[in-house]
Amino acid sequence: MSASTISNSSQATADAIRAGTDAIDARALGFHYGDREALSDVTFSIGRGEIFGFLGPNGGGKTTLFKLLSTLAPIQSGSARLFGHDLAGETAAVRRRLGVVFQHPSLDGKLTVGENLAAHGHLYGISGKRLRERSAAMLERLGLSARQRDRVETLSGGLQRRVELAKALLHEPALLLLDEPSTGLDPAARREFWNYLEHLREHENVTIVLTTHYMEEAERCDRIGILHQGKLVAIAPPGELKSEVGGDVIVIHTAAAEVLQRKILARFKLKSQLVDGAIRIEKSRAHELVRDLIDAFGEEIESVSFGKPTLEDVFVHLTGHQFFADAAPTN
Amino acid sequence: MRDIFLQAQTLWYREVVRFIRQPIRVVSAIATPLVFWLLLGAGLQASFKPSGMPPGLDYVQYFYPGVIVLMLLFTAIFATASTVDDRRQGFLQGVLVAPISRATIVLGQALGCTTLSLMQGAIFLAMAPLAGIHLSLEAIFVSLAMMGLIAFAMTSIGLAMAWKTESTQGFHAFMNMLLLPIWMLSGAVFPVAGAPGWFQWTTRLNPLTYAVDALRHGLYLAEPASSGATLPMGSSVAIAIAFAAFAFILATRVARTASTI
Repeated sequence: MSASTISNSSQATADAIRAGTDAIDARALGFHYGDREALSDVTFSIGRGEIFGFLGPNGGGKTTLFKLLSTLAPIQSGSARLFGHDLAGETAAVRRRLGVVFQHPSLDGKLTVGENLAAHGHLYGISGKRLRERSAAMLERLGLSARQRDRVETLSGGLQRRVELAKALLHEPALLLLDEPSTGLDPAARREFWNYLEHLREHENVTIVLTTHYMEEAERCDRIGILHQGKLVAIAPPGELKSEVGGDVIVIHTAAAEVLQRKILARFKLKSQLVDGAIRIEKSRAHELVRDLIDAFGEEIESVSFGKPTLEDVFVHLTGHQFFADAAPTN
Repeated sequence: MRDIFLQAQTLWYREVVRFIRQPIRVVSAIATPLVFWLLLGAGLQASFKPSGMPPGLDYVQYFYPGVIVLMLLFTAIFATASTVDDRRQGFLQGVLVAPISRATIVLGQALGCTTLSLMQGAIFLAMAPLAGIHLSLEAIFVSLAMMGLIAFAMTSIGLAMAWKTESTQGFHAFMNMLLLPIWMLSGAVFPVAGAPGWFQWTTRLNPLTYAVDALRHGLYLAEPASSGATLPMGSSVAIAIAFAAFAFILATRVARTASTI
């Protein structure tokens, strides 16, 4: 047996092993900026053909994770594999399999749509006939054929996002990684964008991984990972996470929250959480409780809200923090 | 190898197309040094007689290569500045996640910016007769080659800084602070021979001096005595090449370790 057959067969074995591997397999990923820890001990795996979302408030670690997975930031601790290829050691193999959609467009506004796609193709070693075919196919699919000769700076935000997507898919990546893809899109454009993502997963078996702080977007994922202060606090399908919250959710706003919290505990034997000055109770069949609460403490209560748990409630349930606490200061 | 060529070429093409589509950049890059040359040169012509001037040259002629270098310098600063923002929220993000080495990125950028400099340099060179400098075809080619060398070196320095700097404002401030003194100490503005001792020494240690020298040789190919250069042509060109190579390697090193987060 010659040396080349040995290496060929070991190559085949390696590929066979990889064929069964997850799209992403991350273990104990950590990252710090100087002294500030942005991610710690993040472990997860994402299956092929899955739509997976990382949900978390700003500052939760989503962007850092996106930068690690897109090979923009170096792996500082832990390890990650993409289709069996090590992110730190086999960067070129990883990058060829990866399509990245950035939050800020990575398009050159002075170039036309076609020129942007061509530049992207060249960077991935695609040129000539294959480039023309891929480019035409992507433009056609995303309804951009008529805009091919237009400069990107003349397009609307929604159209630019589509060009960005066409670009990221030009080299036929097996995994599409998107950073806050819905930011700056109106609801109609957002729906259209998501329909296309689902189409990609359905018909081309592209694995889709995205970061988001929109609950509606997270709802559409097969599974979500919730990031809070650099830690992955949960990882499950959205429905499963919501059913973990006990039944219904009641939120009471009042002037003296702690006093009322103690009174509720004494009277109804109910434990509650204090979240940003509001009392939060998780309970099944809570509509009866709402009536009882108002009967008992009507004078003190400013407002009561009652509802089925949302992903926002899941976040509060898991972390004890309001999702948008940093964005909307409460007093 | 084919891939590297394709990658560098596409980045080069992008720089050139972007530039041509922003006419204001073309105009300002030529107008600024032209104003410098006409106003300073003409204004100083009568009163400013620095010692050490080469025989047969008036100040407007002496200053001419210095102004070309200043133009190359401005172009290098402006063309490389976009790297600062581009790598965080622009076109370069996509390049950084593509299977392309940082050295190839820097090569494409440097060649692109060098081309921009050369396009303007060629226009400026066409004005040489206004300064009473008459160029043979040969002298034009050699001068353009020297300008390309200087532009490549300047662009590489610009890229090295741009890959390291966090804000465009900081980049411009630093580049002006760094490059203008280097320019003034290169024999581009006045002859070194008449300057104080410390000035002469810093000039001799300044690599740009030899790049300016090389350009002077190119412009006065037929009459080296009038060139105002300090070293023979061979040595000037060799030092200028070494300078450009060093600057380019520095830029690739910086880019390799540059933060993209």
